[in-house]
This record gives sequence, structure tokens and C-alpha cells, in this order.
Amino acid sequence: MYSEKVMDHFEHPRNVGEIADASGTGTVGNARCGDIMKMDIKVENNIITDVKFKTFGCCAAVATSSMATEMVKGKSVEEALQLTNKAVAEALDGLPAVKIHCSLLAEEAIHAALEDYHKKHPQGE
Amino acid sequence: MAENKKIIYMDNAATTAVRKEVLDVMLPYFSEHYGNPSSIHSVGRDAKRAVEAARKQVAAALGAQPQEIYFTAGGSESDNWAIRSAAEMLEKKGKHIITSSIEHHAVLHTCEYLEKYRGYRITYLPVDEGGLVNPQDVKNAIADDTVLISIMAANNEIGTLEPIAEIGKIAKAAGVLFHTDAVQAVGAIPIDVNALNVDLLSLSAHKFHGPKGVGALYIRKGVRMNNLIFGGAQERNLRAGTENLASIVGLGKAIEIAVAELPEYTVKLTKLRDELINGILAEIPDVRLNGDHAHRLPGNVNVSVRYIEGESLLMRLDLLGVEGSSGSACTSGSLDPSHVLLAIGLPHEIAHGSLRLSLGIGNTEEDVQYVLKVLPDVVKDLRAMSPLTRPACFA
Repeated sequence: MYSEKVMDHFEHPRNVGEIADASGTGTVGNARCGDIMKMDIKVENNIITDVKFKTFGCCAAVATSSMATEMVKGKSVEEALQLTNKAVAEALDGLPAVKIHCSLLAEEAIHAALEDYHKKHPQGE
Repeated sequence: MAENKKIIYMDNAATTAVRKEVLDVMLPYFSEHYGNPSSIHSVGRDAKRAVEAARKQVAAALGAQPQEIYFTAGGSESDNWAIRSAAEMLEKKGKHIITSSIEHHAVLHTCEYLEKYRGYRITYLPVDEGGLVNPQDVKNAIADDTVLISIMAANNEIGTLEPIAEIGKIAKAAGVLFHTDAVQAVGAIPIDVNALNVDLLSLSAHKFHGPKGVGALYIRKGVRMNNLIFGGAQERNLRAGTENLASIVGLGKAIEIAVAELPEYTVKLTKLRDELINGILAEIPDVRLNGDHAHRLPGNVNVSVRYIEGESLLMRLDLLGVEGSSGSACTSGSLDPSHVLLAIGLPHEIAHGSLRLSLGIGNTEEDVQYVLKVLPDVVKDLRAMSPLTRPACFA
């Protein structure tokens, strides 16, 4: 049902944790639905230098969180905003149809963290 | 790597392995004794005898008469048939059915169909926090137009054993047909259709080490049924189609062995079950047992592990060779967790973190110890990854 890449990211999730002095934090989903993602990003000179996540959810939720953090790390804020759920799912060699909403959550979590960053840093830094 | 991994199968409520003794009696019925039981020649008569011998075995296991056993393609088919037929045959008497909120979907969805398209009124009785139906509620729900009561013998998710004997007595006194979905109960607890006052009972072979795709419906003599399938004289004209010969033979053997071994099965599994339950509750904080402890299937363990999600828990265990199941939304194919867990009052977020380990005859003391060794670390790991924490969850 899951691709090897999904299982790899589920078994060995990258960038799990929290950033104490995060530049932005985004939390999406809710426990009622069985998925919560929290993303912390650290932005320096408009570049995402660090990103950490915590996820309550299924395999696909964990794997998409993990993949999304890898995809935005080292990118500029503008580049990170271009991240789509489709790209995350593709990078994982696809997701079962019923799990597509999980990849949507990963995109939303990154965007929420970036939005929080913009709110806290209206002039960029 | 994965190929050599030892598998600890603890999903016996989903299905079980066919026993060797069962497979052995089935095999000749594929290519040696391949006759059509409806044929009048010796090859056909040979097959017919095998079907009737299996019918006797099933009847004996339930305290029924052979002519009260009808072979079907499994538990869901038996449930569908029992409810639809009772409803259609008694339509003139009334259009009210009493069931519970924790039935299998084979029962619930059939009732929903009757409600939506056939103008039936369905009473879905609530259950207590252990999943028990109160017989008094059944009694109170009976009205002049009640034609059927359908309450399961044992719940498939949380293992709760329902007070079937008491409900049977109430149904009999009120003159209302009583159906029980005994798919999880047959082979796991003693069942006697007369002692229980059951009129219709569904069972499925693959839950007690028989083959998949075959089951039976017990229909008490005198209960009028309509056809499930038209087109032949099989199963007393009610379910047409050439019999699933080898599987029916397998069902007969499997139920015979299961009932004969019930005493030792009960002792062995109850011990392993309680060890596993007590171990989990002792080793892992913020875990609750789902289902009634005293009225429980011998092999059922169902716990909710807070702050983590069931599918992740299952897959982590799978990677360690432990096979279980969950009532989380992600494993049910919908956004809602199991209707059973919600019916016993669990909040969604706790229901999402449920884990069912259903033990069977293949499980050992070592299996239980292994699970108790690996489960706490898996939980710790997933909790470290979870944004939920005690105050956030229970604020």
C-alpha cells in the first residue's frame, strides 16, 4: 500500500523535534480527525536554515511531514512557499488515494509556519 | 531481512490460519470427490454426503438440528440474509427492528438500508462504557410493531460479550424474532441456540481456523425465510447455487475441532490475554483498556494509547513482526474512528490511538513477552514525535 520511500521516511523520519528560537511555527489539523502537524522553521537571511516537525498521525502523515521538511530546508522563503502537496506526494513516489489529504496537511503546515514568520518579521528579518 | 522475520500474528479477530487437519479433509474435495451434490449419480451422492456430514457437524456445535443449518458465503452474507428476510417476511406485522450501536457493519448497513429505502424504524440501542447492551433497554424498546431484535454475541473490536441469554429470554417472551451475529463468538465461547433462545445465528468459518468465503446461518425450525438467491434447490430452496463443497467440508471440520478444544482454548487464551492486558497497563502510562474486562472474548485485547495514532502504531509493530489492528480513522478508510469506540464514549482523539491485539491458538507466552518488550519503546518513540502532550490533550 505504501511506497518504499514512504516507509523509509516513516521508519526514519528526518528533522523530528522542535526549534527553541523558531522564526515561525505552524500547527495544522486536529486530533479529532487523527492528524496534527506542527512545523518550526528557522529563517536566516531569507533562507530556511533549519526546520523541525512533530506529527500525530498515520504513516503517510509522518512521511509527508518528514519529506516536506527536507524539501524546504536550505530554500529561500519564496521558494518554500511554492511547495505543493503534489510535489511532496511525488517525492515520496506517490501516496494511496485515501492518504492524499495527509500531503495536503504537510503543505499547509509549511505555509502556516511561513505565514507566522511573516507576521513576526514584517520587514523580512 | 523482512523475509526471515518472525511473525507474531495477533489479528485472529480479522482472520485465522486454516488448520492442517481442516486443510487435509478439504483437499480431496477439489479433484477427487468433485461431484455436484445435486447430481444423482454416485459421484454426486458422494459430494452430497459430505455436505450433509458438515451440516451435522455445524448443528452439533450449536445444539441445533441439521435441517436448521444453511450454508452461506460467510458472516456478512448470513447477517444480511437474516435481517432482510426477517424484515420482508414480517412486513405486514410491523416495521420496527431493535439492534445496537456497536454491531458489525454487515448488520448496521443492512438496517440502514431498511430504514432508508423500506420505511423501517430502527432502534440503535446505546451501550455502556464497557460496550454492554442493557437487556432492560431491549425490553423497553419492544413495541407492537417490533419484528426483529439483532444483537451480536461478541463484539469484534473490543471483545465484549453481550448478555445474549437474557436478551433471548426477553425476545421469546415478547414473541419477537432474535438474531445474533456470532461471528466472533463461535469457536471462542460456548454457544447453544436453545439455551440462548436464538432464532437466527450467523457464523463464519475463517474466524475459527476454517477457510474464508464460507459460513452458515442457523434458522430455527418454523422461522419463515425468503430466498437469498433464486435458481436452485440448494439449501432447502432458499440459497441457490452449487455448494462450495470443499469449504463446507472445511467448515464442518473446523467447527468440530474448535468446539472440542474450547475448554483448553479458553484457559490458555484467557491467561495470555490477561498477561498482555496487565503488562501493557503496567508498562505504558496513559493507556486505557477498551471493552468490558469481565465479559470479554478470551483472546481480545483492545487498548487506547493516548497522544499517538493507531495506524502509525500498527505499522511500527508490523516492522517488528507484530501484526495487530486498529480502530483509527486511517485504518477504517474514513475520517472517523471506529463507531464502536465512539459508542463506548471515547473522544475521537483517544479512539484514533486504539490498538487491537487478538490472540489465537498459535500464540505463546513468548509472543506476549515479546510484545510487552517492544511495545513500550514503540509508544515512547511515537510519543516523542507527537505534538500532543498530556496538558494539551486534557486541558
